[in-house]
Amino acid sequence: MNYLRHVLDHLRKDLRLEWRSRDSINGMLFFALLVVVVFGLAFDPTSYPTTTRQISGGILWVALLFASMTALNQSWARELRNQVLEAQRMAPSPASALFLGKAIANMLFVLVVEAVLAPIFIVFFNLHVLGNVWLLALILPLGTWALVVNGTFFAALGLRARNRELLLPLLLLPISLPALLAMVQATTGVLTADLDSIQIATWVKQLAGYDIIFTTICILFFETVLNAE
Amino acid sequence: MEQRNPTLRSVAWLWFGIAVAVLVVAFRQAIFLTPRDAAQGDVGRIFYYHVPIAMWSLLFPYLNFAASLAYLYWRRRDPLKALTADAFALASAEVAVVYASITLITGSVWGRAAWGIWWAWDARLTSMLLLWLLYVSYLMLRRFSSTGQSHTLAAVLSVFAAVDVPIVYMSIRWWRTQHPAPVFGGGPNSGMDKSMLPAFFWNLAGWAIWGIFILLFRFALERKRQLADQEAALQAIEASLEIPQ
Repeated sequence: MNYLRHVLDHLRKDLRLEWRSRDSINGMLFFALLVVVVFGLAFDPTSYPTTTRQISGGILWVALLFASMTALNQSWARELRNQVLEAQRMAPSPASALFLGKAIANMLFVLVVEAVLAPIFIVFFNLHVLGNVWLLALILPLGTWALVVNGTFFAALGLRARNRELLLPLLLLPISLPALLAMVQATTGVLTADLDSIQIATWVKQLAGYDIIFTTICILFFETVLNAE
Repeated sequence: MEQRNPTLRSVAWLWFGIAVAVLVVAFRQAIFLTPRDAAQGDVGRIFYYHVPIAMWSLLFPYLNFAASLAYLYWRRRDPLKALTADAFALASAEVAVVYASITLITGSVWGRAAWGIWWAWDARLTSMLLLWLLYVSYLMLRRFSSTGQSHTLAAVLSVFAAVDVPIVYMSIRWWRTQHPAPVFGGGPNSGMDKSMLPAFFWNLAGWAIWGIFILLFRFALERKRQLADQEAALQAIEASLEIPQ
């Protein structure tokens, strides 16, 4: 219970900070929109509805992945100012509570971006979904958590490295590839209705398993990373 | 500085000589003595290099994982032992990347001859590529972080990579497969003809000996670098303690 209160305190602090500046959400939103526009220019989505359905799952996740990466570094860079991070290290609350609070806050930001981006995406790509749209309400949060939990962890890991902006994608992408495979496959399966419900369920289960495994080891190792020399 | 140990040097030279000798025998076996493959012709001979190296390239990540766990365990308890473990982790990651690269390149050459394409997004090719990417990113982290902090962070990343490898393997296996079935334990028709066995096992042994050689060589080099760093740090401290004249 006590632990939960610490997590909620950290979450509340991060949400308040974001509410005052709204830097991350605005940045992510505009970035994701730009990615969608670039892909829209690269090929003509309205003339080829079948092709569009086949690739828009991948494009959606690429847009979200890169957009969330712009925000993840910010979320820790905020803590570096005025030695806030040093204070956090000395605080008696468990280090993983800080991590979980921040990961949940980042998750909420990305979910807001997704909620705004999804209608724009459907309009710009003239997307007519053939499968069960409501399944996306399960796939999107699971996939987002897979990106955000590892992303928050690796952003903290690269915090004191040279070129941390460059380091995050280099570390996050290889580790996330199995999760990306699962979310892109499941999303494309829903959009095109090519996969039956059992196949989609397998991808969703894999994604959930990935989330559970990596959330656990992130929590286990966060203190080591926070206090690394 | 640590003195050079003459016994160790001669053992290293001997080991190097054995590695070269075994590889020469293996080359003769694979290229000249083994009969030509009935289905593939001479192209099939790359099998004797591709498969043994691929098998060993799967071993070195385990060594890296074990050394990283040892580092994390000794980090506070015994920093000097921890540094040794860290040097071993670095060396095994580098050898893993080298072996995985050779596997990818030889496989790609074979794929061009047998399938007509350099690359296919097949299960085992993709998982090997992902393994390669994971350990390249590990080496990137070590290069990028400023001195002194990289050991712990790299060890943590190594744990993440090691957890990721089985997930990658299972998820991609489920995704698609085109690569020839595993040669050993891959079903009723697996296994190889008796005439192929000597060339295969000579190469398996040769590349193992060679891999251990470059692993230990790289390890010794990294230890030397660490010791030189320690020496330099010590001298800097001593210099700062001297009373100005």
